[in-house]
Amino acid sequence: MTPTTRFPAFSRLLHWTVAAMILAMLFIGVGMVSSPDDYHRLVSIHRPLGVAILILVAVRLVNRLGARPPPLPEDMPGWLKGVAGASHLALYALMFAVPLVGWAMLSAGRYPIVLYGSLHLQPILHPAPSLYALLRETHTVLAFLLFAVFLAHLGAALAHALVFRDGVFQSMASLRAGSSRRRRPARP
Amino acid sequence: MSDQQPPSDAAAPQRQSGKTSPSGRYDLRALFAPRNVGRLGVIGAAVACAAGAFAYTAGWVAPGRLTQARVADRFEHVNGLHPGFRRNHAKGVCFTGWFDSNGAGVGLSKAVVFQTGRTPIFGRFALAGGQPYMTDGPKAVRSMAVNFSLPDGEDWRMAINDIPVFPVRNVQRFYEQLAASRPDPATGKPDPARMKAFLAAHPETARAMALIKAQPLSSGFADASFNSLDAFRFINAAGVSTPVRWSMVAEDPFQPDKPTTADTRDGNYLFDDLAARVRQGPVHWRLVVTVGQPGDPTNDAARPWPADRRRVEVGELTISQVVDEAHGACRDVNFDPLILPSGMAGSDDPLLSARSAVYSQSFTRREGETKSPSAVRFASGVEGAR
Repeated sequence: MTPTTRFPAFSRLLHWTVAAMILAMLFIGVGMVSSPDDYHRLVSIHRPLGVAILILVAVRLVNRLGARPPPLPEDMPGWLKGVAGASHLALYALMFAVPLVGWAMLSAGRYPIVLYGSLHLQPILHPAPSLYALLRETHTVLAFLLFAVFLAHLGAALAHALVFRDGVFQSMASLRAGSSRRRRPARP
Repeated sequence: MSDQQPPSDAAAPQRQSGKTSPSGRYDLRALFAPRNVGRLGVIGAAVACAAGAFAYTAGWVAPGRLTQARVADRFEHVNGLHPGFRRNHAKGVCFTGWFDSNGAGVGLSKAVVFQTGRTPIFGRFALAGGQPYMTDGPKAVRSMAVNFSLPDGEDWRMAINDIPVFPVRNVQRFYEQLAASRPDPATGKPDPARMKAFLAAHPETARAMALIKAQPLSSGFADASFNSLDAFRFINAAGVSTPVRWSMVAEDPFQPDKPTTADTRDGNYLFDDLAARVRQGPVHWRLVVTVGQPGDPTNDAARPWPADRRRVEVGELTISQVVDEAHGACRDVNFDPLILPSGMAGSDDPLLSARSAVYSQSFTRREGETKSPSAVRFASGVEGAR
């Protein structure tokens, strides 16, 4: 079996924190637009959580560019590595695009973007009715796309853990500190 | 396989390294080998569970759920589709002016708007109902929507009506009432039997309707007083939260509206009179906050509070101009009653969240539609002091 290094502990912490936040966010988003009674409670979480995700995703990008992830198993076919790379590129693109489109959409719709109390974000677009409508639709479509890529990511992660058993899942799921020590996959 | 191989970036994989492992664990045949069937089943179940939970949360597997889209659909069903217009309060006009705070509200709320001083405002007068070309009449409920632009960049928005209570207490009842009020295609008027059945089933609405009918409607917008109906909470600098409702009380003397027929008065007489009034000079309202006491219902806009509750006048709203929707700032703004500055919050009134949700739905629909001219237009776009 090919030994695989782990992601650094900081990268793993970021990954799982952002994963939980995004998953919560997607459910909050799709739930709030179909629940009049809970809409306000949920939208009051949705907006500040979206800003928090945007900040953490920026941290993740810097972290990712600064510290190379552990290599994929050498025996993994090139096309499969290509698919993995493309899906991660899509995840990063959507993690930036969905909150940014949300921010732009609220700006174009002349909504205040309240974070907490009197703390609010500045608009990034001038009020523009038809642009608001377009961005509102885009926000939904990109969020559905993000959920679809998440499902693929989940399936692939579980395939690495249960079927390929190549250590790729453990490289992100490990609870151990550090990344330098190599270890064998949990089960050969 | 060597540990000395340089690390490859997952985002830029080494495509040339397409070797097959000795174990062949990435082979399709190995993937579907009998030993993997159970494992693939687990993976499929996990992905299906996630997708199913998402669909459930979205309401896709519960077609009976009352969503904001269904409420907006019902408005369109009852009133017909009028692209570009609000699904409710469709006929209206914009205004601009200012709010002078007298400082008396500071004890109730730390909102910057209540510190002594002037806040610029804009807003909208409208008639309740989803018909943008309806004829003005004495039975039409009038509404005022206001956006306060606070100096620290916050907004306070309100949408208030000239009735004493709201006819229903939640969105489910509202949805049923809308259906009961739908005009019969044969007569063009609501079927009295259906409304009677609704009122019989919902005595709280019958009581609210009696209160609404007992209050005479004003002759115009300028002498109408508007009420928040929903309860809110004001939070002061000490953190004390107080249940409140509020009213914009007209300073123009109240004149009851006269029942008229279409041929004696113009179809836009309420808006024409408003423009004429503003041409004479600014129009004023006193913002009066009613302070609730323990036990006063905050979750039921269909029930009034006792008349002896403390009322605090916190300032004066002045409207100096009315502007038609094509030229004004109000058309493309969602007057969501839960857009509140720090120092204010919604109460446990379920209508507030539902209004917020349905207004948003209406806003999103109309902003994506081609705009048609409003029934209320001025030659120069603006009436009143420049």
